[in-house]
Parts: sequence; structure tokens; C-alpha cells
Amino acid sequence: MDLQTMTYIVVGLTFALYIGIAIWARAATTGEFYVAGKGIHPVLNGMATGADWMSAASFISMAGLIAFNGYGASVFLMGWTGGYVLLAMLLAPYLRKYGKYTVPEFIGDRFYSKTARIVAVICLIFASVTYVIGQMKGIGVAFSRFLEMDYDHGLYVGMTIVFFYAVLGGMKGITYTQIAQYCVLIFAYTVPAVFISLNLTGHPFPQLGLGAKMADGTYLLDKLDLVVTDLGFKEYTTAVLGNKLNMFAYTLSLMIGTAGLPHVIIRFFTVPSVKAARSSAGWALVFIALLYTVAPAVGAMARLNLITTIQPEPGVNLAYDERPDWFRNWEKTGLLKFEDKNGDGKIQYVADKDKNELTVDRDIMVLANPEIAKLPNWVIALVAAGGLAAALSTAAGLLLAIASSISHDLLKGVFTPNITEKSELLSSRIAMGGAVLVAGYLGLHPPDFAAGTVAIAFGLAASSIFPALMMGIFSKRINRQGAIAGMVAGLGITLLYVFQHKGIMFIPGTSFLDGMKPNWFFGISPNAFGAVGAIINFVVATLVSRVTEEPPKHIQELVEHIRVPQSRIS
Amino acid sequence: MNSPSDYWKENLRLVIFCLVIWFVVSYLFGIILVEPLNAIRLGGYKLGFWFAQQGSIYTFVALIFFYAWRMNKLDQKYNVHED
Repeated sequence: MDLQTMTYIVVGLTFALYIGIAIWARAATTGEFYVAGKGIHPVLNGMATGADWMSAASFISMAGLIAFNGYGASVFLMGWTGGYVLLAMLLAPYLRKYGKYTVPEFIGDRFYSKTARIVAVICLIFASVTYVIGQMKGIGVAFSRFLEMDYDHGLYVGMTIVFFYAVLGGMKGITYTQIAQYCVLIFAYTVPAVFISLNLTGHPFPQLGLGAKMADGTYLLDKLDLVVTDLGFKEYTTAVLGNKLNMFAYTLSLMIGTAGLPHVIIRFFTVPSVKAARSSAGWALVFIALLYTVAPAVGAMARLNLITTIQPEPGVNLAYDERPDWFRNWEKTGLLKFEDKNGDGKIQYVADKDKNELTVDRDIMVLANPEIAKLPNWVIALVAAGGLAAALSTAAGLLLAIASSISHDLLKGVFTPNITEKSELLSSRIAMGGAVLVAGYLGLHPPDFAAGTVAIAFGLAASSIFPALMMGIFSKRINRQGAIAGMVAGLGITLLYVFQHKGIMFIPGTSFLDGMKPNWFFGISPNAFGAVGAIINFVVATLVSRVTEEPPKHIQELVEHIRVPQSRIS
Repeated sequence: MNSPSDYWKENLRLVIFCLVIWFVVSYLFGIILVEPLNAIRLGGYKLGFWFAQQGSIYTFVALIFFYAWRMNKLDQKYNVHED
């Protein structure tokens, strides 16, 4: 059976499964729509969190970034897992104890202020919309390859599917669908990795294969270091991303952002108890780690396979006319380009920009990887289905967070408190539709690779939401004025730095202050700036709270109340 | 007398202990001290590189379950566990 038919069958079957589950678990009440009725088992919730969490950025983009950045890409591996430690110890149990539907709702109550709630909604929308743009890039790449069309049309098809998919479900439908999507995506990610690891090193576990010897007796990583430095690239296992301070800030920004992203936090509102919230964070990380410990092997092996395809022996380059099928297929999407600069009809892939003839969009690496390694067609079809599962599950979770903050926090909480449950549900579905359109439009010109765009979303969440939540739980002294000033300062400074580099709302040509050189603040890149924003947030909130009055008595009691799972002394 | 403020203090001590380990395996071993650690090999892995791309992740998983286990015991000790 040819690849195209196989892909249609596998992707079609998985889609039928998701839609079936979504219909079976349709939400009827607002409680089911927002938090799945708070009845999800911690292990299943962990699995759903894994799918919610691992998006197009993790599945499609991250291994590509690892392949081309080597050690420097460790910031993604540590950053996107270490955040769960913060989440499990600093936020999840307490927010579950508090027991409401949304993140802005907690901020509004803890800081006894509708203004604080509105500011939190604005922070949430900035972070989530940026995140959805990253997903749209991933969906566009996957559909453009799968339907053999250009990137823009792939994006339109993806938007339409996400729209129908997310509006149908609500949290209950999304949770059960995400469990199925997790199974599809982890299977799709590990199967090709196991095959490739067996091919190159004979080890079935890619985590061990990466540190093992190849058939010729050299260690795989040593071989890779050698071939990349021969082509003029930086050594794979030591290449730093920017500088070390940048890597430090980047990792911190991703970790804090993980713990501050509303679509992840609300997953811990769906479990039955505080105890379950703690262990569920652990289970989520187990399911995430399954993919994240395989990704470094996928990246390194993909890079090695790519180089040995283009240059089978040192000095011997592949002729363009003899290029393999996967090369031809990806050329059609416009994401892989060859330009014969020296006119010899052969493909030169080197670090020197004037001599390099091959341009590879990093986001295609995972999807192209099984083809490059000449794996059977059903494996390639499976990877397409996995990539779509990852992108769809995360987009659905994010859209739910955006929709609930608009309908529950803005409409019911602030502007129209008397809204009926039915109109609240309708307005959140309309808000989801609007968010898909905005993110799709902005996705036509993504500011970076999928993972880079997502990293900016983390910076925004890190600088605004995480500090407000953490201080709200761990300090009784932080008051309304402090929290609002902190969030505005943190988000403001981060947005300023990001937009100054990447354009206002990432629209090309609107970047300003052109006189400033790139990464002017100690060499920290805009993607990593959330860590600085978060520190500013903490400092401003503490200073402002100190010079203004203490929070009222009942708020201090609320803080005491959320710190213990169940108080038996009245 | 077991009071809620003692419970909170014990919780904070545990959190700080876990976060120190969290910092050491990622920021210290994976970034700050990566070059000296890279001199040590773990099969084909350089040790600093291994911490950055594998070891830190395994440690994070273990830390969360350790924290959850200790907190459940603490809940029992102070009689604040859920029914």
C-alpha cells in the first residue's frame, strides 16, 4: 500500500476515535465543561495533562531543535519538565484546595479585586494566544506534508478541524479525548525512535542507544561531534545556546512558565482531592518524561542520518538528481530548499552560509525522520497521526482556557453576573471560535519555529501569572495593589522586550527601537526574557505591598485555609 | 501541640529541600558546572551533557513522588488529611 493511502487510513481512524469519545463524553453543565465535574482519577489526569502539555512544540519541533542545536537545546528538555516540580510543590495542591474553575478567579478572590481578575485575564490571553500560534505553525507543517499542499493551505485545513473539535467537547470531552491522544502520540513518537536506535546501535531503548556504540565501534555521540565539526558546525555535545546566562534564564523562564500556564493549572482542578493533585503532577511528569528522554536520541540520530544521506562519505556529496523521495516530497511544502550555488549538481550542506546549499526548516525533522531512516510506510503514517494528536490536544486545552476566562471571568464574574448557565456555555463556544481565527491569522507569519513561539508564551506566563499565584499562597502580606502592580510590570517589561525584537503581536515590520542591537540585555534572547520579567514582578509586588495597607482579615484567613488539605479545628 | 503553623513550617522545609536538589541537578550540573562534569564519561555520554538531557528529568520525576509521599505522611501526623 502506498504512503498516501496508508496515512489517510491511520489519521482517519484516530480522528474517528477522538470524535467518538468527544460525543460520548459531551459536557452538559458548566461544571463538566470547565473542570470535568472534578472526578478524574490522578493517573488518567496525569495522562491527559501529558497530552495537553505535549504539543506540536514537543512532538514536532523540539527534536528538530535538539538536532540542530545539540547541547544548547537542553534548555527545552529541562525547562519543560522541571516546571512540574514547581507546580507540584508550589501551586497545584493549594489551588485544588481552593477549588474554583479558573486561574483569574483565584487571583480575583485572593487579591479581593475585580481589577486584579481582569489583569489576570489579559495576561492569560496574551500567553495563551501566543501559545496557540505555535500550535498553528505545527498543525500547518503537519497538514502541508500530509495533504501535499503549501504551508498556508495546510494551516487553513488545520484551523477548520481545530475549530469543530474544540467547540464540541468542553473539559470532560477534552480530558477523555486527550487520554486517547496521549496513547497515540507516545506510540507514534517512540516506535520510530526504537527502530532507528536499533538500526544505528542495536539498543531497543533510545535513551541507552544515544550513549552507546555504533556498528563501527565508535560512540554515536563522538561520531556525531566529529561529522558536524568537519562540516564547520559547533560541536554537538557542547554547543551553547547564546551564552550560559542566556541558557540559565531560558531554562528558568520555561520552568516558571510551565507552572504559570493556565491550561496546565486548570487540569489540577479536575482531580478529586489535594492528595490526588500532588500525585497527579508526578504522573503527568512520568508520561511527559517518556517522550522527553527519547527526544534527545531522536534529535541526535536524525541529525546523523540527515548528514550521512547528504554526504555518505567525507568529500562525497549526494547528486541532486539522485535525491531520495522524502527530499522530493518535502520540497513541495517549501520547507526544504536546495539552491545549487556552485553549479556542480551536488548538495553541499555546511555551516558556511555562502557555501551551504540546503535549507531545512527545523520543524520538519521529526516528521521526515522515519522517511530519512527508510522505515516502513505504516510507521511514517503513524508519526503524522501522532503529530496531529499532539497539536490538536493542546490547541483544545488552550482554547478552553481562553474561552473559560472570557465567559466565566469577564462575563459572569465582572460584566454580566446574572448570565444563565446556557448563555455562559454559548459565549465560551463563541470565544473559542474567535480565538481560533486570531491565532490562525497570526500563525501565517509565526515569529519563530513552533517551539520558539511557544517559548515566548511561557515567558509571558512566567512573568505575570506564576508570581501572582505563588505570592498569593506563600505570603499573607501581598495585597491588591502589590499584585496588580507586579503583574502589570512583569508582563509589560516582557512584552516590551519581545515586541521590540519580534514586532507588535509578531506582525512583521512593526518591531521598533531598531537602534538597539539584538539581545541587548546581557545577551538574553527574547524567548528567555520571562525569567527577568518574573523577578521584576516579585520585586515590584513586594515593594508596593510594603508601603500600602495589609490585606483584610478574611483574606489572611483564606490563605490559612488553602494551606492545609482539611482543617479539623474550627 | 501540633498546630497549623507547625504543619506549614515543616512543609516549607520539605519544599526547600526538594528545590535545592531540583536546582543542583539542572542549573548546577546541567549548565553551570557542565564543562568540568563533561570530563567524566558515562558510556558514550559526557556526564554534564547527560544531566542536561537525561539525568535531570529522571530526578524531577523522583522528587515529585518523594514530595507527595512525605506530604501525605505529614497530613496524617497533623491530622489534616482528607476523608
